[in-house]
Amino acid sequence: MAVVTLKKIVKYYDETLAVRGIDLEIADKEFLVLVGPSGCGKTTTLRMIAGLEDISDGEILIGETVVNDVPPKDRNIAMVFQNYALYPHMSVHQNMSFGLKLKRVARSEIDRRVQEAARILDIEPLLDRKPKQLSGGQRQRVAMGRAIVRDPAVFLFDEPLSNLDAKLRVQMRTEIKKIHQKVRTTTVYVTHDQVEAMTLADRVVVMNHGVIEQVDTPQQLYHNPRTKFVAGFIGSPAMNMIPASLLDSGSGLKLDLGAGVQLQVPAERTAQYRPHVGKARLLLGLRPEHLTDTASLSQAGGVAEGQTFSPIIDVSEPMGMETLVYFQLQGITVCGKASPDVEAPSGKPMQLTAKLQNMHLIDDESGLVL
Amino acid sequence: MSTATSTSVRPAPRLFTYGSMARDRKRALIWSYFFLVVFAIFFLTPPVYMLITSLKSSAEISAGVSPWIVASPTLSNFTGLLTDPVFIRFFWNSAIVSIIVVTVTMIVSVLAAFSLARMKFWGSATLATGVFLTYLIPDTLLFIPLFKMFAWIKDTTGIELINQWWVLIILYPTLTVPFCTWIMIGYFASIPKELDEAAIIDGASWIQTLFQIFIPVAIPGIIAATIFAFTVSWAQFLYPLAFTTSADQLVLPVGIITTLIKGDVFNWGQIMAGALLGAAPPLIIYAFLMDYYIAGLTAGATKG
Repeated sequence: MAVVTLKKIVKYYDETLAVRGIDLEIADKEFLVLVGPSGCGKTTTLRMIAGLEDISDGEILIGETVVNDVPPKDRNIAMVFQNYALYPHMSVHQNMSFGLKLKRVARSEIDRRVQEAARILDIEPLLDRKPKQLSGGQRQRVAMGRAIVRDPAVFLFDEPLSNLDAKLRVQMRTEIKKIHQKVRTTTVYVTHDQVEAMTLADRVVVMNHGVIEQVDTPQQLYHNPRTKFVAGFIGSPAMNMIPASLLDSGSGLKLDLGAGVQLQVPAERTAQYRPHVGKARLLLGLRPEHLTDTASLSQAGGVAEGQTFSPIIDVSEPMGMETLVYFQLQGITVCGKASPDVEAPSGKPMQLTAKLQNMHLIDDESGLVL
Repeated sequence: MSTATSTSVRPAPRLFTYGSMARDRKRALIWSYFFLVVFAIFFLTPPVYMLITSLKSSAEISAGVSPWIVASPTLSNFTGLLTDPVFIRFFWNSAIVSIIVVTVTMIVSVLAAFSLARMKFWGSATLATGVFLTYLIPDTLLFIPLFKMFAWIKDTTGIELINQWWVLIILYPTLTVPFCTWIMIGYFASIPKELDEAAIIDGASWIQTLFQIFIPVAIPGIIAATIFAFTVSWAQFLYPLAFTTSADQLVLPVGIITTLIKGDVFNWGQIMAGALLGAAPPLIIYAFLMDYYIAGLTAGATKG
């Protein structure tokens, strides 16, 4: 059990700057997920915590100890790799006990810990098998078992589910969450899959180009992104970002989306947005679920004044639970979510309501959410 | 009209394509068999001829009848050799030299390959290429400079290296180590990086990683390299011919030639029997370890 602290961590690969001064504190027993596109520095950060990469500048502390120059084996960490990295010539039991044997832990203690981990992971019948006799999901469990038996201060996961098929991935995701609830160990988990990040994490760290864009709970990240990158990265389908200009109509503020579409900014946002009237390069950030068909909304009595418009639908994708509708606005493809009961024929106009109480106003120049 | 025709016969080309694929395969197989049989005959003729000749008496060999027929088979050539202490001595020298060379080669090349493939140090890539380049220098070019070196060592230290069977143990690794190192670099490179990282986190040192993870995983590669080293040192002809002369220092390939050819008298029966006996150990090893040998060589070839 330990707090992990990163202070101004920098990593250079030759001339390339991979991580640009990260500050992060991971609380004891916390499940922290590092997420971001490839090349954003998330794996590098994890590997620096593991000790598999040197730190160019800054400090990493595990507990109270600065571990910059501590070899991986003495950092009291355990790591689960994307391709499992099981020793192919050893049985599951031997794989799990290898680290303990090197530490010269007593045989009875090794057996006890392996059995305990096998019980937690439900792999007791597999202990005598070789890795090649196991399925992908089973191998991943063994890899986790190898980490658990060491009873480390910190678990490090490097995209552990990327090699699994979609169905198994969802299943193992739940498993990992359950295991973390049983074995309350500080966990740092790297993934490029935002769904994994949202479902697993206590807090999510969104990284881009070697810097942290935002650290927050999944809910906060989704509803209150602080930057354009976070707003666009979290959520699927992605948030719509429509070029807009902010007009003062006397009675309130209006968003002009071009093509004759003008929407009324909700009164509670007026004060917040008034300083940005007339600013160039503003974007309206609106999630697809906040752009929905007026027909079903009016049944629920949720249509606000001046927030409807009727674009011509290009494509509609019935998903069962909802129907995704796509249309063009200023040359940008915009996605909305309609009720599955409403007909959304392609090529015909459809009245949509923008729930602007959920809108984000983004300054495209600074990349910040205003 | 043409449109109508093509529509009406549309299924036909599909059938034809399907049939022609099967036919292609059949044709390819026929040619494969043809060439394989030709090659097999070509390469098996000498050993078969050796076997036939080794079963004949000297009188029958020189009798001028068909060389492919054994009228009165005899094992006298084999018994003659196997009871001859000189021949046993050659065999013994060959065995000792090969076993020690294989051992030395494998120790050196596994350690070298592991450090070159995994412990990324300054100049490791250049060194790895350098090791392979030394393999490209033929032994026919090396033996004269080596001879010069030995003469120089004799002059400066007084140690005589010429005409000593054990000097082959120093010489053969110049041929075996580079290639075996190369095979092992390729094999080690094919082992995922995460495996040593997992071992490092588990607390293994480099040596523990090598002996407990890499060597067990790379067994096919090690067997391939071992077979190669054994074959090279068992069959090496030029170095022992150049560096050893007296009968008690000779190894099998040179021994057979130098003792069984007396002036212009060729003792064909015994030469053939000796060659067959000499070819037996590698043959037996190949027969048992063929699959490993191929697996090891291809892993080295594609990932190296």
